[in-house]
Amino acid sequence: MGNVTRASADVQVSPVPQEMTGPRGPKPRTVLSRRNIMIYGTLIMVSLYYMLPLYVMIVTSLKGMPEIRLGNIFSPPVEITFQPWVKAWAEACTGLNCDGLSRGFFNSVRILIPSVLLSIAIASVNGYALANWRFKGSETFFTILIVGAFIPYQVMIYPIVIMLREVGLYGSLTGLVIVHTIFGMPILTLLFRNYFASVPQELFKAARVDGAGFWGIYFRIMVPMSLPIFVVAMILQVTGIWNDFLFGVIYTKPDLYPMTVQLNNIVNSTQGVKEYNVNMAATILTGLVPLTIYFISGKLFVRGIAAGAVKG
Amino acid sequence: METNQSISIKNLALSFGALDVLKDLNLDVGQGEFLVLLGSSGCGKSTLLNCIAGLLDVSDGQIFIGGRNVTWEEPSERGIGMVFQSYALYPQMTVAGNLSFGLKNAGLPKAEIEERVNRAAKVLQIEPLLSRKPAALSGGQRQRAAIGRALVRDADVFLFDEPLSNLDAKLRADLRVEIKQLHQKLSNTMIYVTHDQIEAMTLADRIAIMRGGQILQLASPNEIYNRPANKYVAEFIGSPTMNFFEGDIVGGDGLRFSTGDQFFPLEGYEFHNGTPVQGPAWFGIRPEHMVTGAEADTAAIRLNGSVELVEPLGSDTLARVAVAGRSLWVRMDGQALVRDGDSVTVGFDPARANLFDKSSENRI
Ligand SMILES: Nc1ncnc2c1ncn2[C@@H]1O[C@H](COP(=O)(O)OP(=O)(O)O)[C@@H](O)[C@H]1O
Ligand SMILES: [Mg+2]
Repeated sequence: MGNVTRASADVQVSPVPQEMTGPRGPKPRTVLSRRNIMIYGTLIMVSLYYMLPLYVMIVTSLKGMPEIRLGNIFSPPVEITFQPWVKAWAEACTGLNCDGLSRGFFNSVRILIPSVLLSIAIASVNGYALANWRFKGSETFFTILIVGAFIPYQVMIYPIVIMLREVGLYGSLTGLVIVHTIFGMPILTLLFRNYFASVPQELFKAARVDGAGFWGIYFRIMVPMSLPIFVVAMILQVTGIWNDFLFGVIYTKPDLYPMTVQLNNIVNSTQGVKEYNVNMAATILTGLVPLTIYFISGKLFVRGIAAGAVKG
Repeated sequence: METNQSISIKNLALSFGALDVLKDLNLDVGQGEFLVLLGSSGCGKSTLLNCIAGLLDVSDGQIFIGGRNVTWEEPSERGIGMVFQSYALYPQMTVAGNLSFGLKNAGLPKAEIEERVNRAAKVLQIEPLLSRKPAALSGGQRQRAAIGRALVRDADVFLFDEPLSNLDAKLRADLRVEIKQLHQKLSNTMIYVTHDQIEAMTLADRIAIMRGGQILQLASPNEIYNRPANKYVAEFIGSPTMNFFEGDIVGGDGLRFSTGDQFFPLEGYEFHNGTPVQGPAWFGIRPEHMVTGAEADTAAIRLNGSVELVEPLGSDTLARVAVAGRSLWVRMDGQALVRDGDSVTVGFDPARANLFDKSSENRI
């Protein structure tokens, strides 16, 4: 007992408890600390650097040619005109056609939708099978797929031309859709496989005990759980395919060129004066689709990337 | 096959590549029996359970459930329900959706599904939770829902894979009691995997102690505690662990165990199969079979030592006592007033000891 009383007596030495006068509650923060100035200063500088070209594009596209010739690219338009936008969309000439970017837009949509749906559908099933159903040779299959992701496109361009020609799809939209689907496969499969592998194995086991089969588990368990990764895949594919230029030029013909190729043809057309306002409007129009996608799904994108894409 | 056997496993082997996880394993589980697979992490308990469930393809051997050879059958065809450590509830479905998923897959009529779900929910007292998603449930509620999912299947066999490991201590104790009551009520066969000896001792009709993919001892909790088949089992069961003396069993006037300069007479010891043995051995005695204070004065063996460490638990007090250069754990009364440094006399009756062969470590 002696020890116990001695120990408890030691604790209360100072008669005035310090905690009555010392700091209390939330720690005060300085708004204009040197650190904050550094952080926000840098952020504002970087934002300006990226926003400036966009600003120039927008104001230029809203000016008439006489105003542009004054040469002051940063000044806002004196007289706002939407004529350049109308021209870019419906009237600008590329080669023989003079119906503006609209033709390219609809070509791109006709390429985009089937390519995105097809590639995501196939890749998600691939990834699911690789992650959850270890079949014979699944490791080998996966390795081949990964190696495929690192082969330079250029190597495959000509063989694919020949293959498409042999099956009679060269120069058609169907051919281009197939090309996009194939080229998206390695990275998308990897993406889906990693995401599905991060889904707890016990969930998969529980579903098997509950009598769900390969497709039952895929549609009823995996897909509903994996919205973020589908959004990530969709964004990757939409932007990638929409922005594609090379495959569009190679595997289609002028009537069927996607929007990017048409944009190039408008901007680089050598006849007449350079209509900067029309070029700017055409460029913004072309970039609008990926931009919209980013804005709509920004949050889901970040969540999906964090959840699956980064993990090994 | 005998008819009262619910599960029968014959010469089961399973390997992952070069790693043999289960080797020539045989196990019979009676109808309505509560069998606990107990062992440290990585000994193959989950693997064995997954083999029974059909979630892993066996490398060799056969599995019978209810007299039927199910070795090649799908998990859903085996008449089992399974509960997992991580609950494994389908996150996008409500509790009711989780419970009915398997029944829908089996193509049961809607009315019957509803009836079964409601019945299971009632048994587990999760009726108010049926329309909630798993994310809106506490850990205990989730595990109840997971048990419900196994329950609705009306399976003959329930498989549990460490169902309580993710819960906090209080909830674990509560749910443990509920599982026991559930078994009393349903009386179907249960195989329950755990690494927690308290769960094993309290729940099991029989415990299978596993190590390295093999079953070391399969017996009632009482038998396992009182007559462990080998030194590993003796050390695994009981906390604090059994105290061991290293020495020899020697003859002379009656058999004695000699360790250091001490002799423990073995007249009262019940040798395995009734055949006394001599030679190098381990002498094990549980902390709760050692006494101190006045009781020690009348004990057959008395050792003098000093207390090194005290762990008061309220109901009991555990003390580590240094005796002749070695430490012994002693379980004392909760009100015992001991402090480190105190000198104590510990006593015990060698008849309560467990003797193990030195080299084979099997009970002698
Ligand atoms: N899918 C697997 N692939 C390879 N080894 C595995 C796999 N699953 C389990 N193992 C190994 O098998 C052994 C037993 O695992 P397990 O049955 O999960 O042990 P526990 O008794 O803890 O449940 C461990 O050594 C583990 O590493
Ligand atoms: Mg386990």
